[in-house]
Amino acid sequence: MKATVMRTFRAVVCATALAPLGALAAGAELHLDRAPDRSGDTAALQHGAKLFINYCLNCHGASFMRYNRLRDIGLTEEQIKGSLLFTADKTGEPMRTALRRGEAKRWFGAAPPDLSIIARARASEFGSGADWLYTYLRGFYRDESRPTGWNNSVFANVGMPHVLWELQGGRSFQVEQVRARSGKGPTGYEKVVATYDEEGRRTEKVEPLAGADHGEGARTDFGPARGGKLDQAEYDAAVADLVGFLVFMGEPVAGWRKQLGIYVLIALGVLAVLSYALKREYWKDVH
Amino acid sequence: MAGAANYQKYKSDGSRLGDLTEWVDARFPLTSTWRAHLSEYYAPKNFNFWYYFGSLAFLVLVLQLVTGIFLTMHYKPDASLNSAGVPVAFAAVEYIMRDVPWGWLIRYLHSTGASAFFIAVYLHMFRALLYGSYRKPRELIWIFGVFIYLCLMAEAFAGYLLPWGQMSYWGAQVIINLFSAIPLIGPELTVWIRGDYVVGDATLNRMFSFHVVAIPLVLIGIVAVHVAALHEVGSNNPDGIEIKKKKDERGIPLDGIPFHPYYTVKDIFGVMVFLIFFSIIVFFAPELGGYFLEFNNFIPADPLVTPQHIAPVWYFTPFYSILRANTVNFFWVDAKLWGVIFMGLGVMAFFFLPWLDRSPVKSIRYRGPLYKGALAIFVVAFLILGYLGMLPPTPGRTIVAQVCTVLYFLFFLLMPIYSRLDRCTPEPERVRWK
Repeated sequence: MKATVMRTFRAVVCATALAPLGALAAGAELHLDRAPDRSGDTAALQHGAKLFINYCLNCHGASFMRYNRLRDIGLTEEQIKGSLLFTADKTGEPMRTALRRGEAKRWFGAAPPDLSIIARARASEFGSGADWLYTYLRGFYRDESRPTGWNNSVFANVGMPHVLWELQGGRSFQVEQVRARSGKGPTGYEKVVATYDEEGRRTEKVEPLAGADHGEGARTDFGPARGGKLDQAEYDAAVADLVGFLVFMGEPVAGWRKQLGIYVLIALGVLAVLSYALKREYWKDVH
Repeated sequence: MAGAANYQKYKSDGSRLGDLTEWVDARFPLTSTWRAHLSEYYAPKNFNFWYYFGSLAFLVLVLQLVTGIFLTMHYKPDASLNSAGVPVAFAAVEYIMRDVPWGWLIRYLHSTGASAFFIAVYLHMFRALLYGSYRKPRELIWIFGVFIYLCLMAEAFAGYLLPWGQMSYWGAQVIINLFSAIPLIGPELTVWIRGDYVVGDATLNRMFSFHVVAIPLVLIGIVAVHVAALHEVGSNNPDGIEIKKKKDERGIPLDGIPFHPYYTVKDIFGVMVFLIFFSIIVFFAPELGGYFLEFNNFIPADPLVTPQHIAPVWYFTPFYSILRANTVNFFWVDAKLWGVIFMGLGVMAFFFLPWLDRSPVKSIRYRGPLYKGALAIFVVAFLILGYLGMLPPTPGRTIVAQVCTVLYFLFFLLMPIYSRLDRCTPEPERVRWK
């Protein structure tokens, strides 16, 4: 039954040469941490902007975001010009990256995406875009099998290295997975515990599980961070600021939009009452 | 009721405005048009909540036209990449959102308006199902209305490609590929529709042309004949009886009131309430949790990366579910082609309603339990299909979708039987009022 469904859907969806459709089965549950809300907190957003410009803009662009839009989070033209304008000459220019796309592709396997609206694009049924980014930026671990030496618990085999490493430091990582036994032998379930130490060396332990009714799933766990400039709480707060800035950048007008919405609703409320009174007045003589 | 010849030409009262009106009236059917369609168009006085959605759909049409004109001034249908590696069309939408004064508001009004249009039209159609508004003598109004609905689907589909995000791109890919299921000419037909072997710049440009010129022209035309046909035969009402059967000595229906001012002021109130709900979405939740603006569409179109889950926007999902529910090859026909056929039939079935319904009464108020039950099952099946169409398929969901697809079609197929067998109650002589 499942095979038929999959086959048909596949046939319907990809009748082109270009559509090698990926996993169509309902994807695995993605657990995301809730990102703290930084909207309207100008100090936090300014800190986030600084982190973004220092750590992200080297490889990623934000080609829809003009530098002078930073005035919306309380920075002055002079402040922007003086300490933030790294990749442009004028504050009216967008936040371009200094990295050439071709080179980026050679180095990382894929050109780093433009981050202007990444906070909107990463939203899903598992959480907001902010939640995804907040979890992702706190999910790096050492993995010596990767070209960059880094891997990520949210975005497996990501091309991006842990650029905030000097802030967070290194950690060990453990992923515990329950899966159906594969290969020959009796069917059943097994528990696989893979551990990455602080140098990224992987060790794996497999133990068969008794019984036949185990739900498949994975649990991840990080060891304490060591050697970073910030402690755990400080790092989480810094990432929250950075994510807050990414959310702001995704729709700089959002704050004003909501503010204006209040006035619009008040005006419409008044008009609704007045138009109802007008209707009543006219309809008095309908019997 | 209509017909300019029935009205006297305006005679000036000597005032300057009166002179002008007389001058115009001698050359143009101004007064007669005003009277025929507004001040002397007699509508039943017992319209209820469900009768707001016709005027609201018209309001949204105007809103879409006006906001669309301004969006067209700033949008560029161009799939090539700009210096930052982003498609020009995708960047144009963000340019509107950020750099065009009030561009964000115009864009959100338009994107929310698209969904609002379908909400208004679905409720407007449901009203017709409740009160038998498609029955004789209103068959043509209904048929024009179904054409409006088809046009709206085409318009929404073409418009959805324009932001050139991942869902725009892959949604178009999926829908256009449906045509490849047609035997013999299918594959060639899809190339002809796209103008290319894949969805590309040529497709984007023609969809832009369809969206801003071709389909709106047709849409406005059919709306005009929809209203013209309505004003010829007069409006139905929640009791489903003809108010023209009981007229006073001047030939005015006893239960009729002039559309203007009575329904114009009533509809203004409806517009205000609608705008309150509309504004809540525009100003506080323009994405509406991914239902009105899909999250994946904030990623630029990438022909090399297929999204894991391709779902159309909510207003298409019931039919998308019907498409996917066809999983079996039979009669030497591929399941995919059956899916396309049933999806097409699912929409076309509405055309036949006036002749499928054999009930002696029109309104649900006087129908028996059979029609009430059938309509309830139909609505629930439609909603479930819509919900399932947003989710990736699983074997369980497919079975539910198949059951709902069967129920959906049974509503139409069995209507000649259950509408005749139903135990109806007698209609009143005059409309029920207050």
